[in-house]
Amino acid sequence: MIELIKQPWPWYVAGSLIGLTVPLLLILGNKSFGISSTFRHICAACFPANIPYFKYDWKKEIWNLIFVLGIFIGGALSMHFLSNPNHVDIHPKLATELAKYGISNYDNLIPSEIINWPALLTLKGLLMIVLGGFMIGFGIRYAGGCTSGHSITGLSNLQTSSLIATCCFMLGGFITANLILPFILSLS
Amino acid sequence: MSNQVKNNTDFEVRSLDTTGTNESTLEHKWYHKFKYLLVGIGFGIVFVKAEITSWFRIQEMFRLQSFHMYGIIGSAVLVGMISVWLIKKFKIKTIYGEVIEFHSKPFNKGQIIGGTLFGLGWAITGACPDPLFAQMGTGASIVAVTFLSAVAGTWIYGLL
Repeated sequence: MIELIKQPWPWYVAGSLIGLTVPLLLILGNKSFGISSTFRHICAACFPANIPYFKYDWKKEIWNLIFVLGIFIGGALSMHFLSNPNHVDIHPKLATELAKYGISNYDNLIPSEIINWPALLTLKGLLMIVLGGFMIGFGIRYAGGCTSGHSITGLSNLQTSSLIATCCFMLGGFITANLILPFILSLS
Repeated sequence: MSNQVKNNTDFEVRSLDTTGTNESTLEHKWYHKFKYLLVGIGFGIVFVKAEITSWFRIQEMFRLQSFHMYGIIGSAVLVGMISVWLIKKFKIKTIYGEVIEFHSKPFNKGQIIGGTLFGLGWAITGACPDPLFAQMGTGASIVAVTFLSAVAGTWIYGLL
Protein backbone atom coordinates (compact mmCIF):
# COMPACT_ATOMS: atom_id res chain seq x y z
CA MET A 1 0.00 0.00 0.00
CA ILE A 2 2.65 2.48 1.06
CA GLU A 3 4.62 1.57 -2.08
CA LEU A 4 1.59 2.45 -4.16
CA ILE A 5 1.22 5.80 -2.42
CA LYS A 6 4.85 6.60 -3.09
CA GLN A 7 4.34 6.32 -6.85
CA PRO A 8 3.20 9.44 -8.68
CA TRP A 9 -0.58 9.59 -8.37
CA PRO A 10 -2.71 9.24 -11.49
CA TRP A 11 -4.59 12.32 -12.70
CA TYR A 12 -8.09 11.05 -11.90
CA VAL A 13 -7.21 10.41 -8.25
CA ALA A 14 -5.62 13.83 -7.81
CA GLY A 15 -8.31 15.62 -9.81
CA SER A 16 -11.15 14.07 -7.84
CA LEU A 17 -9.51 14.87 -4.51
CA ILE A 18 -8.93 18.47 -5.56
CA GLY A 19 -12.50 18.74 -6.81
CA LEU A 20 -13.76 17.45 -3.46
CA THR A 21 -11.93 20.27 -1.69
CA VAL A 22 -14.60 22.64 -3.02
CA PRO A 23 -17.57 21.06 -1.18
CA LEU A 24 -15.40 20.14 1.79
CA LEU A 25 -14.46 23.75 2.51
CA LEU A 26 -18.01 24.94 1.86
CA ILE A 27 -19.46 22.40 4.25
CA LEU A 28 -16.78 22.88 6.88
CA GLY A 29 -17.41 26.58 7.17
CA ASN A 30 -18.79 28.30 4.07
CA LYS A 31 -15.31 28.89 2.69
CA SER A 32 -14.61 29.15 -0.99
CA PHE A 33 -11.57 27.33 -2.16
CA GLY A 34 -8.99 29.81 -3.41
CA ILE A 35 -5.40 30.26 -2.50
CA SER A 36 -4.02 33.31 -4.23
CA SER A 37 -5.92 35.63 -1.90
CA THR A 38 -3.46 34.65 0.82
CA PHE A 39 -1.01 37.05 -0.86
CA ARG A 40 -3.50 39.82 -0.31
CA HIS A 41 -4.01 38.82 3.31
CA ILE A 42 -0.27 38.77 3.90
CA CYS A 43 -0.01 42.29 2.46
CA ALA A 44 -2.99 43.43 4.51
CA ALA A 45 -1.53 41.94 7.66
CA CYS A 46 2.11 42.95 7.22
CA PHE A 47 2.37 46.01 4.98
CA PRO A 48 -1.06 47.60 4.51
CA ALA A 49 0.55 51.06 3.99
CA ASN A 50 -2.86 52.69 4.03
CA ILE A 51 -3.66 51.28 0.58
CA PRO A 52 -7.45 50.89 0.24
CA TYR A 53 -7.10 47.45 -1.38
CA PHE A 54 -5.51 46.19 1.82
CA LYS A 55 -7.88 47.86 4.25
CA TYR A 56 -10.23 45.11 5.27
CA ASP A 57 -10.50 42.76 8.15
CA TRP A 58 -7.97 40.12 7.07
CA LYS A 59 -8.47 38.29 10.36
CA LYS A 60 -11.78 37.03 8.99
CA GLU A 61 -9.84 35.22 6.31
CA ILE A 62 -7.26 33.78 8.63
CA TRP A 63 -8.51 30.27 7.81
CA ASN A 64 -6.96 30.79 4.37
CA LEU A 65 -3.51 31.38 5.88
CA ILE A 66 -3.94 28.30 8.06
CA PHE A 67 -4.93 26.35 4.96
CA VAL A 68 -1.76 27.31 3.08
CA LEU A 69 0.31 26.53 6.15
CA GLY A 70 -1.25 23.07 5.85
CA ILE A 71 -0.20 22.88 2.19
CA PHE A 72 3.35 23.75 3.25
CA ILE A 73 3.34 20.99 5.87
CA GLY A 74 1.74 18.58 3.39
CA GLY A 75 4.54 19.31 0.94
CA ALA A 76 7.15 18.63 3.62
CA LEU A 77 5.46 15.39 4.72
CA SER A 78 5.21 13.97 1.23
CA MET A 79 8.83 14.85 0.57
CA HIS A 80 10.10 13.13 3.70
CA PHE A 81 7.80 10.14 3.97
CA LEU A 82 6.17 9.53 0.62
CA SER A 83 8.80 10.53 -1.85
CA ASN A 84 8.99 8.64 -5.13
CA PRO A 85 12.04 6.35 -5.12
CA ASN A 86 12.25 6.32 -8.93
CA HIS A 87 13.43 8.92 -11.39
CA VAL A 88 10.85 11.27 -12.80
CA ASP A 89 10.10 10.71 -16.47
CA ILE A 90 9.34 13.58 -18.77
CA HIS A 91 8.29 13.69 -22.41
CA PRO A 92 11.28 12.89 -24.66
CA LYS A 93 10.74 16.04 -26.73
CA LEU A 94 10.81 18.19 -23.63
CA ALA A 95 13.93 16.38 -22.47
CA THR A 96 15.67 17.12 -25.78
CA GLU A 97 14.61 20.74 -25.63
CA LEU A 98 15.73 21.23 -22.03
CA ALA A 99 19.04 19.48 -22.66
CA LYS A 100 19.95 22.39 -24.94
CA TYR A 101 19.74 24.65 -21.90
CA GLY A 102 21.68 22.34 -19.64
CA ILE A 103 18.71 20.96 -17.75
CA SER A 104 18.90 17.23 -17.23
CA ASN A 105 17.87 16.67 -13.62
CA TYR A 106 14.10 16.20 -13.37
CA ASP A 107 13.96 14.72 -9.90
CA ASN A 108 13.13 17.94 -8.10
CA LEU A 109 9.91 19.82 -8.51
CA ILE A 110 11.85 22.73 -9.93
CA PRO A 111 14.78 22.58 -12.38
CA SER A 112 17.51 22.89 -9.79
CA GLU A 113 20.17 23.60 -12.43
CA ILE A 114 18.65 26.96 -13.27
CA ILE A 115 16.51 27.87 -10.29
CA ASN A 116 18.84 28.09 -7.33
CA TRP A 117 20.33 30.71 -5.01
CA PRO A 118 23.47 31.56 -7.04
CA ALA A 119 21.25 31.96 -10.13
CA LEU A 120 19.68 34.99 -8.47
CA LEU A 121 22.79 36.91 -9.49
CA THR A 122 22.22 36.21 -13.19
CA LEU A 123 19.68 37.82 -15.50
CA LYS A 124 18.16 34.46 -16.34
CA GLY A 125 17.72 33.57 -12.69
CA LEU A 126 16.28 36.97 -11.88
CA LEU A 127 13.73 36.70 -14.66
CA MET A 128 12.76 33.15 -13.77
CA ILE A 129 12.53 33.63 -10.04
CA VAL A 130 11.70 37.27 -9.38
CA LEU A 131 9.85 38.35 -12.51
CA GLY A 132 7.92 35.07 -12.64
CA GLY A 133 6.88 35.40 -9.04
CA PHE A 134 5.96 39.05 -9.49
CA MET A 135 3.75 38.23 -12.47
CA ILE A 136 1.97 35.56 -10.47
CA GLY A 137 1.24 37.93 -7.60
CA PHE A 138 0.26 40.85 -9.81
CA GLY A 139 -1.71 38.85 -12.37
CA ILE A 140 -3.80 36.82 -9.97
CA ARG A 141 -4.95 39.80 -7.96
CA TYR A 142 -5.79 41.71 -11.12
CA ALA A 143 -7.71 38.69 -12.37
CA GLY A 144 -9.35 38.22 -8.96
CA GLY A 145 -8.35 34.61 -8.51
CA CYS A 146 -5.98 31.88 -9.57
CA THR A 147 -6.26 28.35 -10.83
CA SER A 148 -8.03 27.33 -7.62
CA GLY A 149 -10.24 30.40 -7.20
CA HIS A 150 -11.22 30.79 -10.86
CA SER A 151 -10.54 27.53 -12.65
CA ILE A 152 -11.75 25.15 -9.96
CA THR A 153 -14.18 27.07 -7.73
CA GLY A 154 -15.42 29.57 -10.31
CA LEU A 155 -16.01 26.95 -13.02
CA SER A 156 -17.68 24.65 -10.48
CA ASN A 157 -20.14 27.47 -9.86
CA LEU A 158 -20.55 27.99 -13.63
CA GLN A 159 -19.14 31.52 -13.70
CA THR A 160 -18.55 32.89 -17.20
CA SER A 161 -15.94 35.32 -15.94
CA SER A 162 -13.98 32.42 -14.48
CA LEU A 163 -14.07 30.66 -17.84
CA ILE A 164 -12.66 33.77 -19.49
CA ALA A 165 -9.98 34.04 -16.82
CA THR A 166 -9.05 30.36 -17.20
CA CYS A 167 -8.71 30.72 -20.97
CA CYS A 168 -6.43 33.72 -20.43
CA PHE A 169 -4.30 31.78 -17.92
CA MET A 170 -3.81 29.12 -20.55
CA LEU A 171 -3.22 31.63 -23.33
CA GLY A 172 -0.56 33.44 -21.30
CA GLY A 173 1.03 30.11 -20.44
CA PHE A 174 1.09 28.85 -24.05
CA ILE A 175 2.65 32.05 -25.36
CA THR A 176 5.21 32.14 -22.59
CA ALA A 177 6.23 28.49 -22.58
CA ASN A 178 6.63 28.31 -26.35
CA LEU A 179 7.86 31.77 -27.30
CA ILE A 180 9.22 33.67 -24.30
CA LEU A 181 10.67 30.94 -22.09
CA PRO A 182 13.04 29.56 -24.78
CA PHE A 183 14.51 33.05 -25.03
CA ILE A 184 14.93 33.38 -21.26
CA LEU A 185 16.45 29.91 -21.01
CA SER A 186 18.95 30.67 -23.75
CA LEU A 187 20.37 33.59 -21.75
CA SER A 188 23.62 32.69 -20.12
CA MET B 1 -16.39 49.76 3.30
CA SER B 2 -19.79 49.13 1.70
CA ASN B 3 -18.45 50.54 -1.53
CA GLN B 4 -15.67 48.02 -1.47
CA VAL B 5 -18.15 45.23 -0.92
CA LYS B 6 -20.15 46.26 -3.93
CA ASN B 7 -17.05 46.45 -6.05
CA ASN B 8 -15.41 43.35 -4.75
CA THR B 9 -13.82 41.87 -7.85
CA ASP B 10 -11.91 39.41 -5.76
CA PHE B 11 -13.26 35.92 -6.25
CA GLU B 12 -11.59 34.59 -3.21
CA VAL B 13 -12.13 37.03 -0.37
CA ARG B 14 -15.47 35.83 0.73
CA SER B 15 -15.85 37.98 3.83
CA LEU B 16 -15.96 41.03 1.55
CA ASP B 17 -19.05 39.58 -0.14
CA THR B 18 -20.94 39.13 3.05
CA THR B 19 -19.95 42.16 5.11
CA GLY B 20 -23.02 43.72 6.60
CA THR B 21 -25.51 41.60 4.72
CA ASN B 22 -25.53 38.05 5.77
CA GLU B 23 -22.37 37.79 7.69
CA SER B 24 -21.88 34.77 9.84
CA THR B 25 -22.40 35.68 13.44
CA LEU B 26 -21.03 32.41 14.64
CA GLU B 27 -17.91 32.70 16.71
CA HIS B 28 -15.75 29.67 17.10
CA LYS B 29 -12.92 28.81 19.39
CA TRP B 30 -9.49 28.95 17.77
CA TYR B 31 -9.17 25.20 17.49
CA HIS B 32 -12.07 25.09 15.03
CA LYS B 33 -9.61 26.53 12.52
CA PHE B 34 -7.52 23.40 12.95
CA LYS B 35 -9.67 21.57 10.41
CA TYR B 36 -8.44 23.87 7.67
CA LEU B 37 -4.88 22.91 8.55
CA LEU B 38 -5.78 19.26 8.06
CA VAL B 39 -7.48 19.91 4.72
CA GLY B 40 -4.41 21.92 3.69
CA ILE B 41 -2.05 19.11 4.63
CA GLY B 42 -4.07 16.63 2.59
CA PHE B 43 -4.13 19.05 -0.28
CA GLY B 44 -0.37 19.63 -0.14
CA ILE B 45 0.25 15.89 -0.27
CA VAL B 46 -2.00 15.54 -3.34
CA PHE B 47 -0.15 18.41 -4.99
CA VAL B 48 3.27 16.91 -4.54
CA LYS B 49 2.30 13.31 -5.20
CA ALA B 50 0.44 14.14 -8.40
CA GLU B 51 3.38 16.32 -9.49
CA ILE B 52 1.13 19.32 -10.00
CA THR B 53 3.88 21.28 -8.30
CA SER B 54 6.41 20.12 -10.87
CA TRP B 55 7.87 22.69 -13.24
CA PHE B 56 8.34 19.90 -15.77
CA ARG B 57 4.68 18.86 -15.77
CA ILE B 58 3.66 22.47 -16.34
CA GLN B 59 6.05 22.70 -19.29
CA GLU B 60 4.58 19.51 -20.75
CA MET B 61 1.10 20.94 -20.35
CA PHE B 62 1.91 24.12 -22.24
CA ARG B 63 3.59 22.13 -25.00
CA LEU B 64 0.66 19.71 -25.30
CA GLN B 65 3.02 16.85 -24.52
CA SER B 66 1.05 15.36 -21.69
CA PHE B 67 -2.55 14.86 -20.75
CA HIS B 68 -1.76 14.69 -17.04
CA MET B 69 -2.50 18.30 -16.02
CA TYR B 70 -5.54 18.57 -18.28
CA GLY B 71 -6.92 15.41 -16.74
CA ILE B 72 -6.39 16.77 -13.24
CA ILE B 73 -7.97 20.16 -13.92
CA GLY B 74 -10.80 18.59 -15.93
CA SER B 75 -11.71 15.99 -13.34
CA ALA B 76 -11.39 18.51 -10.51
CA VAL B 77 -13.79 20.87 -12.25
CA LEU B 78 -16.20 18.04 -12.99
CA VAL B 79 -16.21 16.83 -9.38
CA GLY B 80 -16.49 20.43 -8.14
CA MET B 81 -19.40 21.15 -10.48
CA ILE B 82 -21.35 18.10 -9.42
CA SER B 83 -20.68 18.93 -5.75
CA VAL B 84 -21.84 22.53 -6.08
CA TRP B 85 -24.92 21.37 -7.98
CA LEU B 86 -25.74 18.87 -5.23
CA ILE B 87 -25.21 21.48 -2.50
CA LYS B 88 -27.58 23.85 -4.28
CA LYS B 89 -30.13 21.18 -5.12
CA PHE B 90 -30.37 19.69 -1.64
CA LYS B 91 -29.65 22.97 0.15
CA ILE B 92 -26.89 21.31 2.11
CA LYS B 93 -25.83 23.31 5.15
CA THR B 94 -22.46 23.72 6.80
CA ILE B 95 -21.56 21.58 9.79
CA TYR B 96 -22.65 24.55 11.92
CA GLY B 97 -26.05 24.63 10.23
CA GLU B 98 -25.41 27.75 8.18
CA VAL B 99 -26.78 28.16 4.69
CA ILE B 100 -24.07 27.76 2.04
CA GLU B 101 -23.99 30.82 -0.16
CA PHE B 102 -22.67 31.36 -3.64
CA HIS B 103 -21.77 34.72 -5.05
CA SER B 104 -21.68 35.47 -8.73
CA LYS B 105 -18.95 37.72 -9.94
CA PRO B 106 -19.33 40.01 -12.92
CA PHE B 107 -16.82 40.11 -15.71
CA ASN B 108 -14.12 42.76 -15.71
CA LYS B 109 -11.11 43.35 -17.91
CA GLY B 110 -8.77 42.27 -15.12
CA GLN B 111 -9.66 38.70 -15.87
CA ILE B 112 -8.20 39.07 -19.35
CA ILE B 113 -5.15 41.23 -18.63
CA GLY B 114 -4.39 39.86 -15.19
CA GLY B 115 -5.16 36.34 -16.34
CA THR B 116 -2.69 36.53 -19.22
CA LEU B 117 0.00 38.05 -17.00
CA PHE B 118 -0.52 35.29 -14.49
CA GLY B 119 -0.23 32.72 -17.27
CA LEU B 120 3.18 34.21 -18.04
CA GLY B 121 4.31 33.80 -14.45
CA TRP B 122 2.82 30.32 -14.32
CA ALA B 123 4.78 29.09 -17.34
CA ILE B 124 8.05 30.65 -16.17
CA THR B 125 8.03 29.53 -12.55
CA GLY B 126 6.05 26.34 -13.14
CA ALA B 127 3.83 27.21 -10.22
CA CYS B 128 0.50 28.79 -9.61
CA PRO B 129 0.16 30.20 -6.09
CA ASP B 130 -0.99 26.95 -4.55
CA PRO B 131 2.07 24.89 -5.51
CA LEU B 132 4.41 27.64 -4.32
CA PHE B 133 3.58 26.72 -0.76
CA ALA B 134 4.00 23.02 -1.41
CA GLN B 135 7.29 23.60 -3.21
CA MET B 136 8.60 25.52 -0.23
CA GLY B 137 7.46 22.68 1.98
CA THR B 138 9.54 20.22 0.00
CA GLY B 139 12.58 22.21 0.99
CA ALA B 140 13.19 24.27 -2.13
CA SER B 141 14.26 27.36 -0.22
CA ILE B 142 14.81 29.39 -3.38
CA VAL B 143 11.04 29.31 -3.94
CA ALA B 144 10.77 31.66 -0.97
CA VAL B 145 12.15 34.35 -3.26
CA THR B 146 9.48 33.58 -5.86
CA PHE B 147 6.93 33.71 -3.08
CA LEU B 148 8.13 37.08 -1.79
CA SER B 149 8.14 38.38 -5.37
CA ALA B 150 4.53 37.29 -5.70
CA VAL B 151 3.64 39.11 -2.48
CA ALA B 152 5.40 42.17 -3.90
CA GLY B 153 3.40 41.80 -7.11
CA THR B 154 0.16 41.75 -5.16
CA TRP B 155 1.27 44.76 -3.16
CA ILE B 156 2.08 46.75 -6.29
CA TYR B 157 -1.30 45.80 -7.73
CA GLY B 158 -2.93 47.12 -4.55
CA LEU B 159 -0.91 50.30 -4.83
CA LEU B 160 -1.96 51.02 -8.43
